[in-house]
Amino acid sequence: MARAVTPRRKTINTLAAWAIGLLIFFPILWTILTSFKTEAQAISDPPVFLFFDWTLENYAVVQERSDYMRFLWNSVIIAGGSTLLGIVIGVPAAWSMAFVPSKRTKDILMWMLSTKMLPAVGVLYPIYLLFIKLGLLDTRVGLTLVLMLINLPIIIWMLYTYFKEIPGEILEAARMDGATLKEEILYILTPMAVPGIASTLLLNIILAWNEAFWTLNLTAAKAAPLTAFIASYSSPEGLFYAKLSAASTMAIAPILILGWFSQKQLVRGLTFGAVK
Amino acid sequence: MGQITLNQITKSFGDVQVIPPLDLQINDGEFVVFVGPSGCGKSTLLRLIAGLEDVSSGAIDIDGTDATEIPPAKRGLAMVFQSYALYPHMSVRKNIAFPLRMAGLDKAAQDAKVDAAAKVLNLTDYLDRRPGQLSGGQRQRVAIGRAIVREPAAFLFDEPLSNLDAALRVNMRLEISELHQSLKTTMIYVTHDQVEAMTMADKIVVLQAGVIEQVGSPLELYHTPRNRFVAGFIGSPKMNFFMGAFASEYNAATIGVRPEHLSVSHTDGKWSGKVGVSEHLGSDTFLYVEVDGVSEPVTVRSTGEVGFRHGDTVHLTPDPDKIHRFDNQGLRIQ
Repeated sequence: MARAVTPRRKTINTLAAWAIGLLIFFPILWTILTSFKTEAQAISDPPVFLFFDWTLENYAVVQERSDYMRFLWNSVIIAGGSTLLGIVIGVPAAWSMAFVPSKRTKDILMWMLSTKMLPAVGVLYPIYLLFIKLGLLDTRVGLTLVLMLINLPIIIWMLYTYFKEIPGEILEAARMDGATLKEEILYILTPMAVPGIASTLLLNIILAWNEAFWTLNLTAAKAAPLTAFIASYSSPEGLFYAKLSAASTMAIAPILILGWFSQKQLVRGLTFGAVK
Repeated sequence: MGQITLNQITKSFGDVQVIPPLDLQINDGEFVVFVGPSGCGKSTLLRLIAGLEDVSSGAIDIDGTDATEIPPAKRGLAMVFQSYALYPHMSVRKNIAFPLRMAGLDKAAQDAKVDAAAKVLNLTDYLDRRPGQLSGGQRQRVAIGRAIVREPAAFLFDEPLSNLDAALRVNMRLEISELHQSLKTTMIYVTHDQVEAMTMADKIVVLQAGVIEQVGSPLELYHTPRNRFVAGFIGSPKMNFFMGAFASEYNAATIGVRPEHLSVSHTDGKWSGKVGVSEHLGSDTFLYVEVDGVSEPVTVRSTGEVGFRHGDTVHLTPDPDKIHRFDNQGLRIQ
């Protein structure tokens, strides 16, 4: 029997949800607040919360000292490019596994997922050496490729789950109606899977945007994205919390805004198939 | 034209042969129904004809051309699926026009054909709606519309009515029959419902485990079933079977008598038993009579007016001309 939702229980649930939400959001909020403080206020003890002299000085310094736009542009190209490339490869791959499965399909899916269990540092050497050989070190192309390969298992898994929900008879109907394989994927499957493809796209942009291990290890100056931009403020100038916070805020702002506007799509995508 | 010939076709999935070698001839303009219990291979057979599955061996011939290797779209056949399989992201108009668009017809020709089909199927007012906004019967009509516009050599129906409620099913059954009469195109129709088979078919193909048990007109199957399986499957309520002493009296291993060929009386008759359940439908009364020596209750179809009740002792007499005799292989004895 379903438990009755009393008004009291509802209030408690709402309060608990808000508390957890604020707890998770707090570090980000603190970073944003700190970015508007002076360096002295940023390390003051006891810490100040809202009542300080708000200043944009940190942003001015960060902007002056490093070329934010170049890092941003690199992030956009690498995150966007790797995601788009991943989708272009992932759609046909997921199509074949969802609609013409073989005995080994499940094994292939598990094998792809298992690559995500390998610590990235385990393949750092081989990939680094490959990059040197191929001249891909510190290039946007190289980074786009690596991030695409890293996220491809997730892309294929997500698309596979969405495609599984599409009745095979509809694709067969399209085949009877004279659609070629290309037309079947283009006119029937893709439009029907738009919600799924959109959330896969969004999630992977976020994952690629936030990816730090490979972006830090395989770039130096030319192809460095925003993760490297933040990192450049952390180690040598570790004590300048306010400036580090300003840099971090600038780095996460675009993806935060994207996430905010697409949250409905994201939540729907992530729970797709789980709740019918 | 729509003449389809199956020559020794077989189908195996892995090591499992679902269709042993099978021959069948479907003539132009015929309404052929494949009927059989679930898992008898009737849908697989339809999908083989459609080209959605490849035959393991044998040949499919459509209008004199070997179509075995021809992809589904090029076979000139249209299919209506059990789930309707409409494209949910397209309007009704676009759904019906889709095969025409794939064939490369220009927009004006597409519209003309869609409008004509919509008129026949009473869909004119719904052309701008999405499938999700339609009722089950309307969706089914859209699926049929999508098939009609292609002007196929033959229509293939895969249990098209099984998702509809009982009343609608009867209506759609009539509509499809009327459609066949006006188009005169070959139709192949798969169902597990023998009533649909009896009412719609020119020719019924009874299948069991991938094997054709009998091919014939509805009345042929009703009057002269080739074996016990067909006898039991065709006709509603089911035929009663009697074995042992009941049958040996007629020189058979089993005899079958249809419920409508048994007369029932309070006073005298050949076999006596007790009424278990009596169902009064108004037009008919079905009595389920427990007869000693017969494992299942014997079904009797009587007029609506009879006054038999639970526990009454009754006497049953079969119509001697309507007794079906089967040997110990289950085959009909002439």
